[in-house]
Formats: sequence, C-alpha cells, structure tokens
Amino acid sequence: MSETKKFLYVNRRAPYGTIYAWESLEVVLIGAAFEQDVALAFVDDGVYQLVKGQDTAGIGMKNFSPTYAALGDYDINKIYVEKESLEARGLTLDDLQHLVWEDEDEDYAEKDSIKVVSSAELAELMEQQDVVLSF
Amino acid sequence: MTMLHTVNKSPFEKDSMASCLRLSADGSSIILIEDGVYAALEGTAMSDSVKAAMKNRKVYALQEDINARGVQGKVMDGIEQVDYAGFVKLVTEHDKVQSWV
Amino acid sequence: MKLSIQVNEGPYQHQASDTAFNFTKTAIEAGHEIFRVFFYHDGVNNGTRYTTPPQDDRNVVNRWSELAEAHDLDLVICVAAAQRRGIVDEGEQSRNGKDGNNIAPGFRISGLGQLIEAGIQADRLVVFGD
Repeated sequence: MSETKKFLYVNRRAPYGTIYAWESLEVVLIGAAFEQDVALAFVDDGVYQLVKGQDTAGIGMKNFSPTYAALGDYDINKIYVEKESLEARGLTLDDLQHLVWEDEDEDYAEKDSIKVVSSAELAELMEQQDVVLSF
Repeated sequence: MTMLHTVNKSPFEKDSMASCLRLSADGSSIILIEDGVYAALEGTAMSDSVKAAMKNRKVYALQEDINARGVQGKVMDGIEQVDYAGFVKLVTEHDKVQSWV
Repeated sequence: MKLSIQVNEGPYQHQASDTAFNFTKTAIEAGHEIFRVFFYHDGVNNGTRYTTPPQDDRNVVNRWSELAEAHDLDLVICVAAAQRRGIVDEGEQSRNGKDGNNIAPGFRISGLGQLIEAGIQADRLVVFGD
C-alpha cells in the first residue's frame, strides 16, 4: 500500500455563490476511502460554509450543508477554522454547525471535530502538510 | 524544506494575497503568477505589506506574466523574477505547493 | 520528479489552463515526469473537441491534446464535474442516453479517486485555479 500523506483541503469560498464549496466536499468524501491523514481548513469566506441554519428552498439549489455533519463518520475529524476569518465576519463558533466524531479508542466518546485556530497556528499546520488542495 | 505558495490573483481584486501573507510561515516562499504579479509592484497600497513579508519569506514573480502586463519597470527591489523553468525548479526545491486562488 | 497538476478552470475564461499548460510543458522539457493532469470544476471544459477559437490565438484544447499525444500524458476529466457541465465520452453517452459525445482526443473521463491518487503517487501536486 502507498505511504500515508497529510492531505489538507483549503476552503476559502462561501457556499452557493459558486460551486467550489460543494465540489471540494465531494473530493473530501471520495478521498476518505484512501485512508490518508486528512484535515480541512476553513479560511476567509470558507467559514460561511459551516454556518448552521442554511435554507436553500427559495434559491432552488440543493442544501448540501448536512454533508458536513457526516464527515465524522468518514473519519474526518480535523476541521480547522481560522479565528481571524470568523471575527472579521462577526461570527463565533456558536454560529457554526456542531460537528462531531466518535472516538472508537475511547468507547466511541463524542468529540468536537472543529478546532478554532489562530492564523499563526494555522500557518504552522499548513506548513506540516504534504499535499494541499485548493478549490 | 518548506512550502511554496502561489498567488495568481491581483491583491486589489481578491484577498488571496492578503490571506497568503497572513498564513504563510516564516521561511516559506511565495511566487506571484498571472494577475498575482501586481502585488510585486512598487508604489501600490500593497507594497509595504509585501516588503514586510519579504523580511522572512522569499518572494518571486513570474517574469512572463510581468512582461505580459507591461509592468516590467515597476517591480519592487527584492522580488526575484523567474521564468517558467524557474517556476518548475521552485516547485521541486520546496516540498509542497499551496495555491491561493 | 513526478508531478501532478490540477486544473480548476475552463479554457479562455481564466488564465489557469494556460498557466497549467505552460508549466506542464516546461516541466517535461526539464525532464520531469507528469503523473497526471486532473481537470476539475469548470476545468472539465478543457476537454471538449467542439471549440473553434480565432485562428490568431492559441488553441487551448488542441494544444493539451497534442501535448498529451507527444508525451503520453494522462489527462483526466472528473466524471461528476463533467456530467454537470456536459463533457461526454462514448461511455457516458450510452450510460446516460445522450445523442452524442464531445470529448477531445487525449482526455479520458474518470472518478475523483484519480485526483487523490495523483496527490498520493506524485512528489508534488500543483493546483491552477481562480
């Protein structure tokens, strides 16, 4: 089997205005099957993707936000949200979906998948990656 | 070995350059390509922040894109121009690439 | 070195496909191996054979096809993105009941797994987008 690489998916765009948010999620879901060390970063308008309460009925587009809640089931539990991006947009963690995963090493204890990190912390995390996908 | 960041949008059009500057680690490199080369120019609202970044990051600009846009004479001191062969070389000399689109 | 390239935008609308092409060509000339060029989002539109650009400008689609032929490149178009945007090969034509297909020579349609594999197998993945 090939080596395990650290894959980072960087999301910087809002949902619905363009397709990048949804199509990048499709890569994440397919990519989950490859058992690499996956992390997601939400930066700039990307933080809007995680805002809860999306209702797309009026715009006639599929509401894909429930997909984020399923990420934990795909073993994707390293979701980094940049603090500065949230603050610039007047958002807090409370505005975002509560994403969780079940840690089978701790009796399936439910843990938070989202970690709000500073720019400096995120820069360091990015530097540690092997493959970075931008959409 | 460190990361090579690419920025291809004008800093006056999108926040990609600003975000790259905020999120690129010390010691990493940035190459400006396509409309991103406008961030390499002297005398703009971006020049000071790019100069500040140059203190701990190496900033390159793709010569072919600078020439295409007719701004060869305005590139800031300290920005190293490379051609496509130089761009390819930078990719191999850094251990991963992050594109700020 | 083994390089993989991702192209996120279609021909002409953005410079991404041009820059990706120039980069890929230069990398080949420098002796590197191109593991795969993966076209995603509107990038799949680089794979239609029905463009007729003006004669006095570059032919984005054809030069990808020609480069692929000259160097046995693997140009892969994402099937999900292609279905959304109407890039069709013979297999997709019959599977989805279309009355024709439009894929350009040298391109093949396949799944997103090919992109992940491109990231795993190559030494570097470079993304060209907007």
